[in-house]
Amino acid sequence: MTIMSNPPAPETLPVEMITVTIDGIDLEVPKGTLIIRAAEMLGIQIPRFCDHPDLEPAAVCRACLVEIEGMPKPQPSCAIPCGNGMKVRTQQSSQNAMDAQRGVMEFILANHPLDCPVCDKGGECPLQNQAMQVGRDDSRFDIEKNGFEKPINVSAQILLDRERCVNCARCTRFADQIAGDPFIDLFDRGSGQHVGTSSDQPFDSYFSGNVVQICPVGALTSAKYRFRARPFDLVSVPTTCEHCAAGCSLRTDIRRGEVQRRLAWNDPLVNREWNCDKGRFGFAYTEANRITSPLVRDADGVLRPASWPEAVAAAAAGLRGGRMAVLTGGRHTVEDAWAYAKFARIALGTDDVDFRARPQSAEEAAFLAAHVAGSGVRVSYSDLDRASFVLLVGFEPEDESPILHLRLRNAVQKRRLAVAAVAPYASLGLTKLDAHLIATAAGDEARVLRALGDDLIAKLSDNAVILVGERLATVPGAYSAALSLALRTGARLAWVPRRAGDRGALEAGLLPGLLPGGRPLTDPAARAEVAAAWGTTAEHLPTEVGRDLEAIIANAGDYAAVLVGALDPADTADPSRTLAALERIPFVVSLEQRASAVTELADVVLPVAPVAEKAGTFLDWEGRARSFPQALKQSHALTDARVLAMVADAMDVLVGMQQVADLRGEIDTLGAWAGARVAAPSVEPQATHGVTLATWNQLIDSGVLQEGDPYYAATARPVVAYLSAATAAGIGVADGDTVIVATAAGSIEAPAMVTVMADNTVWLPTNNEGSHVRSALHAAHGAQVTITKGGAA
Amino acid sequence: MALTPILTAHWDEADSFTVAGYTRHHGYSAMRQALTTDPDAIIQLVKDSGLRGRGGAGFPTGMKWGFVPQDGRPHYLVVNADESEPGACKDIALILANPHALIEGVVIASHAIRAKRAFIYIRGEVPHAIRRMRAAVAEAYAAGHLGTNIHGTGIDCDIEVQPGGGAYICGEETALLNSLEGLRGQPRLKPPFPAVAGLYASPTVINNVETIANVPYLVRNGVEWFRQFGTEKSPGFKLMAISGHVNRPGVYEAPLGITMRELIEHAGGMRDGSRVKFWLPGGSSVPMLTEDHLDVPFTYEDMAANGTMLGTATPMVFDQHTSVVKAVARWLHFYKHESCGKCTPCREGTFWVTEIMHRLEAGHGQAGDIELLLDLCKQIAGKTFCPLGDAAATPIPAALKYFRDEFEAGMHTPADELFPPAAAFVGASA
Repeated sequence: MTIMSNPPAPETLPVEMITVTIDGIDLEVPKGTLIIRAAEMLGIQIPRFCDHPDLEPAAVCRACLVEIEGMPKPQPSCAIPCGNGMKVRTQQSSQNAMDAQRGVMEFILANHPLDCPVCDKGGECPLQNQAMQVGRDDSRFDIEKNGFEKPINVSAQILLDRERCVNCARCTRFADQIAGDPFIDLFDRGSGQHVGTSSDQPFDSYFSGNVVQICPVGALTSAKYRFRARPFDLVSVPTTCEHCAAGCSLRTDIRRGEVQRRLAWNDPLVNREWNCDKGRFGFAYTEANRITSPLVRDADGVLRPASWPEAVAAAAAGLRGGRMAVLTGGRHTVEDAWAYAKFARIALGTDDVDFRARPQSAEEAAFLAAHVAGSGVRVSYSDLDRASFVLLVGFEPEDESPILHLRLRNAVQKRRLAVAAVAPYASLGLTKLDAHLIATAAGDEARVLRALGDDLIAKLSDNAVILVGERLATVPGAYSAALSLALRTGARLAWVPRRAGDRGALEAGLLPGLLPGGRPLTDPAARAEVAAAWGTTAEHLPTEVGRDLEAIIANAGDYAAVLVGALDPADTADPSRTLAALERIPFVVSLEQRASAVTELADVVLPVAPVAEKAGTFLDWEGRARSFPQALKQSHALTDARVLAMVADAMDVLVGMQQVADLRGEIDTLGAWAGARVAAPSVEPQATHGVTLATWNQLIDSGVLQEGDPYYAATARPVVAYLSAATAAGIGVADGDTVIVATAAGSIEAPAMVTVMADNTVWLPTNNEGSHVRSALHAAHGAQVTITKGGAA
Repeated sequence: MALTPILTAHWDEADSFTVAGYTRHHGYSAMRQALTTDPDAIIQLVKDSGLRGRGGAGFPTGMKWGFVPQDGRPHYLVVNADESEPGACKDIALILANPHALIEGVVIASHAIRAKRAFIYIRGEVPHAIRRMRAAVAEAYAAGHLGTNIHGTGIDCDIEVQPGGGAYICGEETALLNSLEGLRGQPRLKPPFPAVAGLYASPTVINNVETIANVPYLVRNGVEWFRQFGTEKSPGFKLMAISGHVNRPGVYEAPLGITMRELIEHAGGMRDGSRVKFWLPGGSSVPMLTEDHLDVPFTYEDMAANGTMLGTATPMVFDQHTSVVKAVARWLHFYKHESCGKCTPCREGTFWVTEIMHRLEAGHGQAGDIELLLDLCKQIAGKTFCPLGDAAATPIPAALKYFRDEFEAGMHTPADELFPPAAAFVGASA
């Protein structure tokens, strides 16, 4: 097993094959194959609008009519499965089919405006293309076309032009069948039928951008991309999404060196043809506040631009003498994470490394080292498709891994997969998964896991999956309890981190005491393997297990210098304390894309490339390698690894690491650890006291990688504080009243929303405008808080 | 051929719509007999009778009942009383005058298909019929003919009367089911067929009002009695609602096989000064015929042989003062208005065709319009999601077959000029 392994291809079940004849050609297809798909296999393109492989057949556009022997009328090939011995004639061999398709095309064009020259879809439009295929040269429709006000906002981001709409219902079926957010629907009837939103419910969906992509005409457009480019001027490059750990395959479209838009790329094993709005619209962050040259702090304290040689020399000089720490954050590619891990151990001689830019615990580190690092793919998306039961613990799929949410929902819809969740309340996401809620106050997860009822234990067979999320880090005993539950029942346990770089950083060894591939720092054989891979000897690696982020902050006075890469102090448990610690350390080197709180106080700032400007690999939550090429080829921005290599050179330390390909080779050669692993944690649960804070990051929030698109930001869910009826009554609060959530550090006011929920716990989003839990409360999930009723609402 | 009042036999009695009035003429006796009969034997009886659906399509009723799988899911009977076809006015009349025949039929049919719950879906525009039906159901409950353990037989049957929201498409059975479930009234993709997964995804039989009302008489009198009416392929009797330029338009009950000429006689003949110009055997959705076809028998097979359909067997007859173009334009306007919008050819086709018909009616037709109309109808017929499109594509080709010259006149002369509306009124000097 290598670190960057791919899961085995899902096993293929034996299928019954049948023979169908299309345009005189015999073809063997699996039973159940739709005629339109079978025709595709032969290279016969039947026109279609409503048809979409991931949506249930609708047969409403009628563009795909074909002749089937024995049936008097032409039939929609998108809705009829091939029958054994069935004889089908498409437009290629049947005049009837051709006439039917031509007729339908003429009708579709009848009320369609001829505004292709100003339409976003022009150039990549299925209607344009298919009109070329089966349309008339000129129009016989000489009367006034149907008019609608245009465009109207479906959401801040999504715009609808109903004149262009051909009523294929792809968008409404996507909203209903895939996302489960059926806030758009068809209204009215006949030629007045149109897509619309209900007046009292806005289009609230994390997946709204998909409707723009699957619209077969230009009826649905995004504010972000509208009028920005012509498809034929775009260069498309495959990308892996840099936001969460779902591992979505995306397509980045570039025009004149600028990213114009991102689309979901079809990856049947991962995201299928969908992605979330964060992945689609969250790419504007590179446009503002970019650091364009190295910066060095002068003797007078001013940060000024410097040449690369000067800045690298300054960094190398500062990173000597005394204890060093390396804080990386969870946003790096595996290759860059590897470079940090290697640089820390070889060049800085330190094991004080941590990728976790968030509230954390030693139990979590032990859990990750014992169970996750170097374990390859324990659970894959395909396993979820086959699982008998999925238990979510401290994990909100819709917010934290939206494609995982869609895959789960698909299994729930298609085969009634049973899902249960140890969570504070039945969130919108859990409701869409039909999840059985095990209502749990924040901080109580470990005790609830230990006391699961027999009915749930019985469901946790070896075909069941337990998914744990990052907020369990601050619940003592939770990871221990989840591990022992998995061991006891045979259920498979997977950790779903929130960031694209988390799993890769773990595999690269960016935790104290953990070398790459899950190797314990203290194991001589492991040390020898790593040293060999790094072209050095074991005695050059640190011997003592280092400190984690919290310990580094607590002991900031011990350090001579710290190397910080893409860590946002605002994400840590106590942002002001983290900043104060960094300020206290005499020398700070920051590798960053954009100006940040860390670059503000750094002594040397070295600019690095954002994802669009470099190649690399992310490991998704499964452990699947998701490599991507450099999208913006003209960028000269350097990878973190390249910058670290330059600094190492200046320090006279040989690290290699010049090219992404070299790093990949190194990583693959070393592979995962086969020896004894770090011991699994065994932490006892702790009782909670008073009211606790339940919190996690919502998908669309104030994260720095989401800056730069106001339309996207406007689709964030409004901040509310969820409480149970009893808890709300306890402080005399009703729906809509203001509730004040406070700690010693400060308070947050939010409108209360009473819901089915565990008592004595209050939920707030972690990082939304008006609810910045870390900076306002210095609190993590499970922390004790006080709640009171606010003043006049 | 003489009229045969059976369903209509006692419509002239003041209390024909009450339990008392119905019971006076053997009402509810067939139900008592049926509830002690094996359900499959009833299905067989209906199969043997050759009863065909009276809603227009003429599907064999017994066969439909036989499709229902016996797999433990609840079954439903749905009565289609969404009578909205232009020209059709028989089900509403039946509900007003003889609702208990329908209720008795529902109980028997529910027993046959093992349904405990039946729905009567009535079009929303007829509140008087809805009130009448609800009152009749309440009265039947009070008399013990509905509810649990009906007359100690251990058989349950509940009826719910549900008004529609006013859409022609909800007469299409799957759109009706959607509407009943509270969804938009648009047809469903088949398969699955309602017999397998209909109302609430359960096996469902959907029958027309008149079909179900036939059942008590059939059960009471037997197959032989039933088959004495009509022909081999079109057995039984039929409610014929004749409308148009006859002296006594109304509902007449006659054996299938009666001719239009006879029916016009029964309806008091054509109005003074009127002669038949064109007529439609069963609603606006079937192709029109002319004076030459007055002796074609009202059977499924004879109508088909003459290029039309029996449909609902509710003929509309028009005299020489009527503009074909204007009549067809009205029907097309109706189909355009009632198209549900789900599929392209119906949504766009009815819109386009109606626009052309309106300009022909106004005398503003353009060269090529007739060919275009024929093309567009061909592009609609057989291409749509449900039969509404086929219906909409029917009137124009039929009208052009017999009255092409009137369409050609639409290139320059308004229909009202060619056929002054005043002339059509009774008493107008012809």
